[in-house]
Amino acid sequence: MSVKTHQKTKLVPVNRSVALLPERDAHVSPILECIDLGVTFGGLKAVDNFDITIGRTEIAGLIGPNGAGKTTIFNLLTKVYQPTHGTILLDGKDIHGMTTTQVNRAGIARTFQNIRLFTDLTVEENITVAMNNQIKYNMAEGIFRLPSFWKGERIAHERAMELLSFFHMEQFADAKAGSLPYGAQRRLEILRALATNPCLLLLDEPAAGMNPSETAELMENIRTIRDTFKIAVLLIEHDMSLVMNICEGIAVLSFGRIIAKGSPEDIQSDPKVIEAYLGRKKEA
Amino acid sequence: MTHFIQTIISGLSLGSIFALIALGYTMVYGIAKMLNFAHGDIIMIGAYTGIITVAQMGLPPLFAVLFSILLCALLGVLIEFLAYKPLRQAPPLSVLITAIGVSYFLQNLALLLFGSQQMAYPTLIRLGQVSVGGVTIDGITILTLLVTALIMVVLSFFINHTRLGKAMRAVSEDKAAASLMGISVNRTIALTFAIGSALAAVASIFYGMSYVYIKPTTGAMPGIKAFTAAVFGGIGSVPGAMLGGILLGLIEQLSKTYISTLWADAIVFGVLVVVLVVKPTGLLGKKMNEKV
Repeated sequence: MSVKTHQKTKLVPVNRSVALLPERDAHVSPILECIDLGVTFGGLKAVDNFDITIGRTEIAGLIGPNGAGKTTIFNLLTKVYQPTHGTILLDGKDIHGMTTTQVNRAGIARTFQNIRLFTDLTVEENITVAMNNQIKYNMAEGIFRLPSFWKGERIAHERAMELLSFFHMEQFADAKAGSLPYGAQRRLEILRALATNPCLLLLDEPAAGMNPSETAELMENIRTIRDTFKIAVLLIEHDMSLVMNICEGIAVLSFGRIIAKGSPEDIQSDPKVIEAYLGRKKEA
Repeated sequence: MTHFIQTIISGLSLGSIFALIALGYTMVYGIAKMLNFAHGDIIMIGAYTGIITVAQMGLPPLFAVLFSILLCALLGVLIEFLAYKPLRQAPPLSVLITAIGVSYFLQNLALLLFGSQQMAYPTLIRLGQVSVGGVTIDGITILTLLVTALIMVVLSFFINHTRLGKAMRAVSEDKAAASLMGISVNRTIALTFAIGSALAAVASIFYGMSYVYIKPTTGAMPGIKAFTAAVFGGIGSVPGAMLGGILLGLIEQLSKTYISTLWADAIVFGVLVVVLVVKPTGLLGKKMNEKV
């Protein structure tokens, strides 16, 4: 998928001035900043004092033992949970007070640990429905099938096929999403998230249930996605080979707190990490 | 034989009115996961709108039709916004009770505004009768069938092929995931109420022209029957509501003609019981796959 074909299908952007391939400057300012972020569930500090900065085209990893609060962080970032304290800055803008829908439109898209595709919709529909916020036509245009409606539909179709070609899934376009094999469903979830035109992609255990060769392919794909769309990726993953291979920055979470932050090399040699995470794994 | 054909045609016509109302029930249930028992009373409001605009104010029928559709759509959205939206996170039973409350509110509002005397629905359009080979059919029956068929085609296209329709299906399947994909759940639910109530307004026009006399409780019986039709076809399923409505109309008309007018309702609801025993999710309802 070349950059050129991308620009040919011009979408009508809604609230960001960038269209399909946002050329974001990677070094001027970070895309995401969390400052002293925390959430409390009935006295339990699920996440506390969470500070993290992610660059515009960085691949970052969030690791930690089960129950450390990793998915909770994703839920805070996407406003599924409201933080008890702290600030989240997306592209320098505070997302406090935004709804989940608004956060998505502002540029955060995610996948889920347990796949949550729209199983009754086709593969293509799963992708086009996520473009809802970008291709506009009103109901009258839809019902009376005005030219602008067909144009919007054509653009959506073209872009969906382009995204599908990314994972070589064009032949599945008309299949029900629920009928796809597991690995393909995981890939489709990533494509659906990309269809919302994000600047930050959150992947919750993208390699869960994949075999080593599928995981290797996924790693390549995540890099390609970052390079093609020039977006930041934050991923939660238990597969250490994947995390250590593709993440440029890693944060280790244990009992809701960051115990270590840094490059893969730093993390691997950090005694606290080995104790909290890798050490535990050895015992088991 | 001509008698039979006539019965079938009037059954289809009655069934299409049920189907129009049932669509409102089933779409709202599919998306908001609630039974909107005030839906039947929207028909009554639509019917009174026709009476006020045409019979009392003397406005042109076409205006009355459009105005009543618009008013009902707005009323549906308003009811959702004021009564149901604050209860989005509440247990289903609270929403159900609220819906019944809204239903009584609308009935009593009509009682206050229009009195308990029944009023006659105006003749919006004068259509003759059509005779084909001894079968005489009312023009209004044919119009009902044609308009309903058209609405169903347009609605199916809308739900299956437009992005707003796809968004509705996405919201109906997984609200949280849909909102995380940038779909506005609140707006989608409001749109569903608008469409459902607009269909109820269309039904009110045909109901008014067929049954003429309107009183504040007029909406209750067609409302309950349409709800039955929606359950019959599989609640939450749009084709199910269409099929359920048509079948219910046919069963009712055939029972009235060949068995007994008094028994017709009992037979209709009896058939529902049998269907639910044999196929608990309704005729076209989705199988519930329990994951173990």
